[in-house]
Parts: sequence; structure tokens; C-alpha cells
Amino acid sequence: MMFVPGNNPGMMADAHIYGPDSIMLDLEDSVTMAEKDAARLLVYNALKTIDYGTTEMVVRINPLNTPYGKKDVEAVVKAGVDVIRMPKTETADEVRELEAEILKVETEIGRVGETQIMAAIESALGIVNAYAIATASKRMMGIALGAEDYSANLKTNRTPGGAELLLAREQIVVAARAAGIACFDTVYSNLDDMETFRKEVELIKTLGFDGKSIINPRQIEVVNSVFVPTEKEINKARAVIAGIKEARAKGSGVISVNGKMVDRPVVLRAERTIALAVAAGVISEEEAL
Amino acid sequence: MRNTKLVSLEEAIRRSGLKDGMTISFHHHFRGGDKVVNMVVDKLAEMGFKNLHLAASSLSDVHAPLIEHIKNGVITKISTSGLRGTLADAISRGLMEEPVVFRSHGGRGSAIANGEIKIDVAFLGASASDELGNACGVPRSENAKSICGSLGYALPDARYASHVVVLTDDLVPYPNLPSGIRAADVESVVVVDSVGDSSKISAGAIRDSKNPRDILLAKSAAKVVINSGLFQDGFSIQTGTGGASLAVVKYIREEMINRGIKASFALGGITAHMVKLHEEGLIGTLIDVQSFDKVAAENIAKDPSHVEVSAVEYASGQHLGSATHALDIVILSALEVDTDFNVNVLVGSDGIIRGAIGGHQDTAADSALSIIVCPLLRGRIPCVVPHVTTLITPGKSVDVVVTEYGVAVNPGRPEVRDRLVAAGVHVVDIQDLAKKAESIIGTPDPLPFGDKVVGVVMNRDGSVLDKIYNIK
Repeated sequence: MMFVPGNNPGMMADAHIYGPDSIMLDLEDSVTMAEKDAARLLVYNALKTIDYGTTEMVVRINPLNTPYGKKDVEAVVKAGVDVIRMPKTETADEVRELEAEILKVETEIGRVGETQIMAAIESALGIVNAYAIATASKRMMGIALGAEDYSANLKTNRTPGGAELLLAREQIVVAARAAGIACFDTVYSNLDDMETFRKEVELIKTLGFDGKSIINPRQIEVVNSVFVPTEKEINKARAVIAGIKEARAKGSGVISVNGKMVDRPVVLRAERTIALAVAAGVISEEEAL
Repeated sequence: MRNTKLVSLEEAIRRSGLKDGMTISFHHHFRGGDKVVNMVVDKLAEMGFKNLHLAASSLSDVHAPLIEHIKNGVITKISTSGLRGTLADAISRGLMEEPVVFRSHGGRGSAIANGEIKIDVAFLGASASDELGNACGVPRSENAKSICGSLGYALPDARYASHVVVLTDDLVPYPNLPSGIRAADVESVVVVDSVGDSSKISAGAIRDSKNPRDILLAKSAAKVVINSGLFQDGFSIQTGTGGASLAVVKYIREEMINRGIKASFALGGITAHMVKLHEEGLIGTLIDVQSFDKVAAENIAKDPSHVEVSAVEYASGQHLGSATHALDIVILSALEVDTDFNVNVLVGSDGIIRGAIGGHQDTAADSALSIIVCPLLRGRIPCVVPHVTTLITPGKSVDVVVTEYGVAVNPGRPEVRDRLVAAGVHVVDIQDLAKKAESIIGTPDPLPFGDKVVGVVMNRDGSVLDKIYNIK
């Protein structure tokens, strides 16, 4: 998941060409108070006009208790965002509050249930409540660690080895798995140290994370090389894609695989798994068809 | 030894027999640090010359003082490969009565060799010269100040001009040999304080681009090269100096090592990257018409398989001995590419001249495979367009266009397309690229060109390719 500042049209216009699995357009920390409204408008128009292909689109909104949060929700839901990322999530109630806001806007535009939620956990309280957060809404597709705020909240600093994050990382993976949703690790900011970045990606893959947040396209290759899909993942993705084809052939809008309903993000992830496998040379282009 | 060649600039000019209306020539190996053009033209103006034709291998921002000399009637005609900066801006707006004639490096070499450009007096800066005029671009003493490496673009001038004046800031004892400019061709030698500002002649250490778009473009271009069918032991290659072109070399290098492939030669502007591959044994010979950086300029001085060639030997279309005829793959940049694969490298999307033909036409036409690396978008400027602003390299010589949104292959090269598709390269239709650019940016307003011709673009065979009109 690549973070792109919501006030940078140049980066927003072509972030997808580098092949991230998902793009998170940010309205929160990378946008100053003075630019909140302009950035919201930019992000709305980017989602409406740019063809991001199969890239999953996420927008990080401002917290609902700020003057911007609700306006952010309205704009991005109307623009058809796949996932809203809520920052600094500490309780399940906050998730339910966001869910209500989303439902309000979705009802208004007649598209109920399409917007998913990702919760960023960035404090000790959030980590303690991780499972409650992960299960607070049917829309919850994943939880993510925000390590800068978290380590500040713990009254410690980030270190290259990441010892200070160990409990939080494990807690997030465990909570996500228990809830049956995805989990994503925090960003690594030093672009000049790809070696430490690679070690961190290897660590979080071992811990069980589904993916890594990144801040620059140059980090994509490292993440992809560590997260090359396994045979099992490829087979599962193939089953999903075969399910779509079958559903389409029957003219059915509902897709099910092995008796389970499959929604758009699952399809997107299946396609990305296959694309990643092809890109990594694990399977050939023909085998992907 | 009584030497009559060593004189002042004024005396050299007087001896040359230069008259109003004649043609003077210069090279651009000192690039943005060049002091020779301004110094000589200032002197010519002071001596009262008028109506001169300035035939340079290229001109850049440093030559802005020429604007005054054009206004004063000292210079009334210019031939060059490129124009940049305020001089280019003024000319684009109609400064000169007579249009500037743009030729490729190979085209200029041919035009000089066949007499189309008749140089009366060549003023050639050199990093070192002896008092008889054996002159070169490499350091030959501890006092060497202005090092540029190859003097390839100056060699046709030295050979064919009626009168040759060498200017140097490092007079060394005879014999300054081997040297590209030979004493037999030289009439006068002028010692000056400085021929160039070394900090602006060439970049020092080149850093790898960290621009993700450059890296993406470079990886795509490398994939095209590797799967082109020409990437075999003994292949040859030329690349430019932009961030993406330099990065291509890095990725090709990795694959050469993986497959145990070596290149027979690298051609053109030689960079530190090419020198590195050469030193690693991955490239046999470096054929150098212009040394792009300090590493290349220093290497050519000491390495017998790093060879200086003239613009004629490099890229002249009319001489079948030119190195471009043996070239397999060239990687070039572009300001604009259109849906007929025509390329513009000279006139910006604002209608202002801001580039140089360089060896673009020559290498694209002669190489077995020409690859243009060009972002689809530069900020809000589309680079794949329905029609180029100015035609520099005809689409029939352009085989592949690499953008960040996919790779387009000229329909005239179906076998290349098939190979790239088979290799998993993201091949797209060039029309779709243009549509994509338009969908993101919209259709730009037409440029406000006037009806005065300010530039004529020559094809390398001496025919006219396009005209550049003044911008209002």
C-alpha cells in the first residue's frame, strides 16, 4: 500500500504506474490545515477521473472529531473509494461512528455497503482494543499499524530492529487473523537504507502480515520480492478468477467460490496475486490465463 | 625554431583573411562552460566585422551575448545542432531575419565534408595545443584547466575549413601527439587565459537517478533491449545522458553479466557508466565523439581502446564508413513523439526552441533498433501527441517508444513487437498512449505561431524536413 499525499496532483496522477497493490491518498498527516479543503477536492477528482485500473484505492481521512473528518467521508464515498482508512483508531465505538457516517452518504447516493474500512492503530489503547476494533464492523477489511504515533505513545523511539513494535505487530496480526481480516505493517521512512527495509519486510512477512505500507515507488520492488505468492495463494486466486468467469458466463452478478460470496476487493486481490506471481516469474503469462 | 603560428587572437583573425559575409565555425565540447564563441565574436565585433555566418556544432545558454551581436549585425546567420536559453528564446520570437539552420551532428559533418557548409575560418578551442597546432581535448600537462575529452565535433572543421585558428589555455611543448587536430590543418595558435569554465564543461561523478519514473522507464527500456533479438554477444549500443538513459545501462549491465554477453562497442557521447562497463570487460571499444563527463574525458586520454572519432566518422549519412551504420541499438530521448512515431527533440510544447538535434536523426536512421524513452506526461505537458510541434526524426526511423504507461512498437517492425509481447513487455498502441495523455491532461490550446520562419530543420541527407515559425 503506497502512501501518496492528497495535496500532490503530480504524484496522484500516476501513482498506479509503479504497480502498488493499493494506493492510499492521504488527507490527514501529509496535508496541512490550510490545505485540507483543497486536498479533499483534489482527491475527489482524482478518484472520479483517473483510471487506476485494478489498483485498490484507499483514502486516509482526518479523524471524525476534527472539522474535516465528516466532509472527507462524504467526498470520498461519493467518489467511489474502495476503502476508507481511519487514523488513530482506539475503540470499536469510533469504528461504528465511521460506519454510520459512511452509511449515511451511501444511502444518499444509493450505493449501500460498497465502502470498506481499514483501521490504523497508532496507540497503546488501540493495540489493547485491537480485536474489538477488527470486529467492530462488517466493513472492516483490515487493520494497520501506525508506528510513529504508537512509539511516541509508548514513550520510546523507533529503532532499526523494531523491538519496540514487536508486541503491537503481533497483536495486530493475531487480532486480524481472529477476525478473519487483513493486516498491514507500518511505513519505513529511510529511502537510502534498502537493506534495513528489506529486513523489516522479511520480519513482518514472517510475523504474518499481508502487506507493508510504503512511501516511495522504489520500495515496491523489495516488498514484491519478499512477498512472492506461494503456490497455495496462486491456486486460491485462480479459483476466485475462475469463479468470476463462471459467474459472468452465466450472466450472474453474484460470484461465489467454494460456496462463499466473493466481493470486489477479494477479486482485486486475486488478480494482484496472479499479477505478482507473473511479475515474479513464478508462473508464466499463459498460466495466468 | 622560428614559429609564425603563435599569435594574438586579433592577429590570427587578421591573418585568416576573414571578410564580412564569410562563415566562421565553433565546436561545443566545452558545453555550458564555453568561453571561445563569446570571446571570438566579441573580438570580431570590436574589429568591425559584419554579416557573418556562425556555424557552430551547437549553442547553449552561455551564448546569450550573441543576442547583442545579432542585433548589431555582426552575426546575421546561424547554423547549429541546437539552441537553448535566452538566445533560443529570442530567436524563437523572431530576433533574426534569416532562419537558423538546424542539422544533426552527422548531417553537419556531411555538409562540411561535401562543401554545403563552406567554413572560411574555424575557431577551435583546445584543452592543450603545441605551438604548431597539434591540439586535443585531453590534459597534457599539470596546467591543464579545461578538459573536455574527445574533440569529435571539431574535427570536420579542422579538416575542411579554409583557415583554422586553435585557441588554448594550455600551450604545451611540441609534439602534443597524438592529437585529433593536426598541425598541418592549423594556421594559427592563440593562447588565452581560459577556453572554458571547467565546472560547467562536464559533470563530476554521475549519481544514479532516484527518480522512480526514470527507474521505471529505464527498466522498461532495458527489457526492450534484452528481448529485442539483438541482445547477443558482440552487440553494440548507444545511449543518451538523461536519468533514464543512464539507468538503462545499469540494468543492461546486470543482464549482460547474467547471460555472459559482451558488447563489441559503445558509441556516441560516452559517459562514466560506459567507461565502467568497458573497464569490466563488458564493452570492447568506446567510440567517442563527445565525452560527457569527467570520467570519460580522463579515460580517453589513457585508454587505447577508447577512441576519438570525428562527427563524420560517427554519424554522417553520406559516408558509409560511419559508426552508426554498424550500430545495433540506440536509446534516445524525446520532447514529443507523435502517433506516426515522428520525434521532436528541438522545440518545446510552448513553441520555444529548447534542445538540439544532436545525433538523434543519424542514430535512429542507421541503427538496427531505435528506442525512444519518453514519459507520457511531463507535469501537465503531454509527450505523446497526435502531431509533433516540429519534425526532427521521421517516424520511419523510430522503432520503439517506451513510456511509463506502456511500450509502443512501430507497425513497420512487427517482428520486434512479437518478440516483446512474447517476453511479457506491456505493449500498447501508440494511439492509445496519445488518448491516455489527452484523457489526463486535455487538449492543449494551439500554439500562437506567427508567419516568420525562424528555423529550418534539415534532414541528414540535406533535404528540408520542417520549418519553425516565430512564437508570439
